[in-house]
Amino acid sequence: MHFEYKVEGGDFTQAGYASSQIKKTLKQLGADPAVIKRVVVALYEAEVNIVAHAYRGTIFADITPSGIKLRLEDEGPGIPDIEMAMTKGFSTASPQVREMGFGAGMGLPNISENADSLTIDTEVGKGTTLTIIINFNKV
Amino acid sequence: MNIRHSTYHRALEITENICIGCSHCIKVCPTEALRVSGGKAGIHADWCIDCGECYRVCPTRAIRVMDDDFNHIFDYQHRILLVPSVFFAQFSDSVPRDTIYKIIGELGFTEVCAVEQSVDTLIDEINEYVKNEDGPVISSFCPAVIRLIQVRFPSLVDNIMKLLPPIEITAQYYKKRFEREGVSDKDYGIFYLTPCIGKIAAVKSPVGGYKSPINGVINMDYFYNKVYLAYKKKLPITRDIIINSELSAKGVLFPTTGGESSHVEGRTLAIDGMKNVIDFLEMLENEEIKNFDFLEIRACDESCAGGILSHRNRFLTADSLRNYAAQKPDTHNLVNDYKNYCSAVVHMDKIEPRSMVKYDRDIEIAIKKMENARELKQLFPGIDCGACGAPSCEALAEDVVRGQADINACIFLRTIFEKRGEITLKEAIRIMEEIWGKERFDKQD
Repeated sequence: MHFEYKVEGGDFTQAGYASSQIKKTLKQLGADPAVIKRVVVALYEAEVNIVAHAYRGTIFADITPSGIKLRLEDEGPGIPDIEMAMTKGFSTASPQVREMGFGAGMGLPNISENADSLTIDTEVGKGTTLTIIINFNKV
Repeated sequence: MNIRHSTYHRALEITENICIGCSHCIKVCPTEALRVSGGKAGIHADWCIDCGECYRVCPTRAIRVMDDDFNHIFDYQHRILLVPSVFFAQFSDSVPRDTIYKIIGELGFTEVCAVEQSVDTLIDEINEYVKNEDGPVISSFCPAVIRLIQVRFPSLVDNIMKLLPPIEITAQYYKKRFEREGVSDKDYGIFYLTPCIGKIAAVKSPVGGYKSPINGVINMDYFYNKVYLAYKKKLPITRDIIINSELSAKGVLFPTTGGESSHVEGRTLAIDGMKNVIDFLEMLENEEIKNFDFLEIRACDESCAGGILSHRNRFLTADSLRNYAAQKPDTHNLVNDYKNYCSAVVHMDKIEPRSMVKYDRDIEIAIKKMENARELKQLFPGIDCGACGAPSCEALAEDVVRGQADINACIFLRTIFEKRGEITLKEAIRIMEEIWGKERFDKQD
């Protein structure tokens, strides 16, 4: 099952819409609450990353019986140093973004912790694509 | 569909011959558990959380509270009524509380006690509990909120505080007291005057591996009428009643918004009203809310002052409670007794989620059905008119893929199908009558 959501850079008030929708869907499918929590946390962080850093982006979600694959493509500055970006507490967020309670440098590390697989494709000056895979637990 | 006329916990029942199938209830249900079929409302029992929002809007009082028969109290020699502070706030301040006590005695009870007598002890236990927990602790006070979390927010069940609510602790105190005095459990009956429907469900089928010592639940709306009528008629008082009026200001205010959170150390928040509660729990579930130690969350606007069975205006009720509290001391004389007899019994087990199976337990089938429902939803007009008997176009789409409704139930699609000659006018009318009942259209002839 396929879903797509548009995300606008700088639109913090709408951030979290995609993760809420995906959460609702997974609940209705009867997925394990622990798995849903990981999906929601990872997706929310990734969604906020687009809002905080990129110009715009699209979230593609594919749900299959084995799990969920999330692809977040953005047009934005890209990540110059992925290793640094994966370090807890490292942040390039502007003071304005931090004032809103975001940009604590936990985004990518948190996504990685909650995902079964995380791939980052990035090109400086063009944008970033995150691919997150989270498997459903076999009951 | 497992549509019945009573709920999961049998706290509510739709009286079929009174229900006019007006569909008001289907629109307010926070779990979309109601449908109209054959001109009558039905409850999807597994989804109901006993919040009573449907009861609140029912114009004909077709939704009946499954309280216990009042005469049941006379099965016992000692008849204790546990009265919530909200009950006294149902009366205007000019009705003396002493007279109310006497009337309660005349109506048959041998002893009366405040539900919130256990609150002082409970607050100490809550503070101890919160200190030892990581995440935000959600209060276990409101039974509708517990059931909402079980059904709609299963990932948050572990956040619910595993301490009993005041009513159960006070009931346990009485049980212990009678045991101490050597009174057989056949000889005493503990009754609870409830301001809400959720608490009926909570007493009859409690969560967290607990069995309530409460012998019966009395509807506060019903009992208010009984007491007020006796007051108006100046019913002569011929019987004695033991009044256990030990109660602190904290206790009086505990059922009001903030009455619990204001006594908990750390960062706390008080949220009331079903819509606010759902919005907040969504955020909490998304982990958008951090750094809170304790959350007081209650389904009714103005908490129990706005309880389903509280007839008086919620703001006036809350105001009366504040006045009542101003006359009460900071603590009371039985606090130590409660500590000694109850601290061992205030804990309950983990609360289990109650999953709401929307499509199928098999995820592969569930995904297929959901895909179908998404396609169907696109087909429906998105007006959420409710003329199909379901609360929204989305709910109808789900019902159709579950095989519990027909696509022709949509009045708009039906009209289009009719225009195309795919169904006859006669057939369209038959569907309308199937949903809304045959008789209701007879008057139009």
